[in-house]
Amino acid sequence: MGVAVIGASMTKFGQRDAWLGELLSQAGEECLDDAGVTPDDVEHLYVSNMASGEFEGQTGVMNLLAHDLGLMPAYSERVDQTSSSGGAGIYEAWQSVASGASDMTLLVGGEKMTHKTTGEATDIIASITHPTEYKHGVTLPSFAGMTARHYLERFDAPRESLARVAVKNHKNGVDNPNAQFQKEITVEKALESPIIADPLRLYDFCPITDGSAAMMFTTEEKAAEIADEYAVVSGISGATDTHVVHERDDPTIMGGVVQSSKDAYEMAGLGPEDLDVAELHDMFTILEFLQLEGIGVAEQGTAWELAMDGTTAKDGALPINTSGGLKSKGHPLGASGVAQGVEIYEQLVGEAGPRQVDAETALACNVGGFGNCVITTIMEAAE
Amino acid sequence: MTLEAGICPNGHVSYPTHPRCPDCGEPQDETLDLSARTAEVVTWTKSTATPPGVRQPNTMAIVEFDLTDEDLTDDFVRALGQVTTEHVETGDEVEPVYVDQLRDPAEGIKEPESQDWDGYRWDPV
Repeated sequence: MGVAVIGASMTKFGQRDAWLGELLSQAGEECLDDAGVTPDDVEHLYVSNMASGEFEGQTGVMNLLAHDLGLMPAYSERVDQTSSSGGAGIYEAWQSVASGASDMTLLVGGEKMTHKTTGEATDIIASITHPTEYKHGVTLPSFAGMTARHYLERFDAPRESLARVAVKNHKNGVDNPNAQFQKEITVEKALESPIIADPLRLYDFCPITDGSAAMMFTTEEKAAEIADEYAVVSGISGATDTHVVHERDDPTIMGGVVQSSKDAYEMAGLGPEDLDVAELHDMFTILEFLQLEGIGVAEQGTAWELAMDGTTAKDGALPINTSGGLKSKGHPLGASGVAQGVEIYEQLVGEAGPRQVDAETALACNVGGFGNCVITTIMEAAE
Repeated sequence: MTLEAGICPNGHVSYPTHPRCPDCGEPQDETLDLSARTAEVVTWTKSTATPPGVRQPNTMAIVEFDLTDEDLTDDFVRALGQVTTEHVETGDEVEPVYVDQLRDPAEGIKEPESQDWDGYRWDPV
């Protein structure tokens, strides 16, 4: 059964006073309105969230949201796949409709993080690592530092190319009213910012963020009946790589990106040359290169050239992260993959406002851990 | 206090050990002690934003142990660890040195009893 997206919404990302329940219900309510769907219509609810228990001591958030939005007796479930929880939620929502189990599925992703100190938040996220890694004090940013050094040394890529990713995504974020940062930065500013995990500096990393995002899924048949504009999920897949990061054969290849995108292309009958726009998981600048290579847009060791020559800019041949990416939009863990879906949906139905590019086919790649699990989603504008 | 790699009947090696070989799925039935070997730095970082209970700065490296002297399918195995110095270079030779507590388990989010906290740092030779 073909699966369509008929509505999408997101809250303002950033430092919010609201706690998770309020953020989720805000995005959920707006999505019901955007899709023109009543609570009674919703048959399945998925809530993408990595760590509500660890961050604010609230568990069972799918019940909190189902009750607040009056969705009972809809089936409800929380989806945790670390920072790819949002993408995993898209996969679950797609499965629920494709299988015939649900005719109307609401997906809401969210995380509340900024009330913790940076150290505490970093530790909660670092707890996803293997015990033999965690005891050394490894953090996700330090994996990024080690991978970036290896990439730059091995492929003779300029340090500036990473700064260019940050500059581009900040520039895109200026046009996104829901982004945490709506502020341009310069290459010089990025290269002079404080070192966090060398060779990476402050502007190579996404911020800590509160926020929520939502999407409404239904059958293509029903979408054609009730929606003015909709997009179709034409390819989707998820894959898992090693938990222990150093056990990968090649530190610059994210196996989960390669496998999930290969499967998603095959399902959609498309290839990387067919993409018009993509949202990639730029939790760290280096990840934009690894994903461009993993999804087949660039050969291994060459994606940095696309940041330097403007190919991935909003007016380039393949705009990447028109939303501002995690870098500038922010990264509320469980919300991020859903927000990627929101952006490509809005691009495909022509609702992206000042960020709008000409797009019929779009891809979103949501990365959990340091490539531990990955979901690739391909959506196309309805004909 | 081990730095033991797991070996499966097909000669695949992993650090840390796993009940089943990540390459072929066979049960790992042997171990190889790496603690008396030297290794080469593949990549490293000096992390200045460290979580509670972790030294600051925290320099860490992924290192590679050459196993071509062993009769195994894999020629090397890699491991991640803290470095004894703040600075190191890719390609440097290091040797493992035992440390009884790599971070303060009382400060982090994990239950202290849930895992061990001793291990090996890489000391440039």
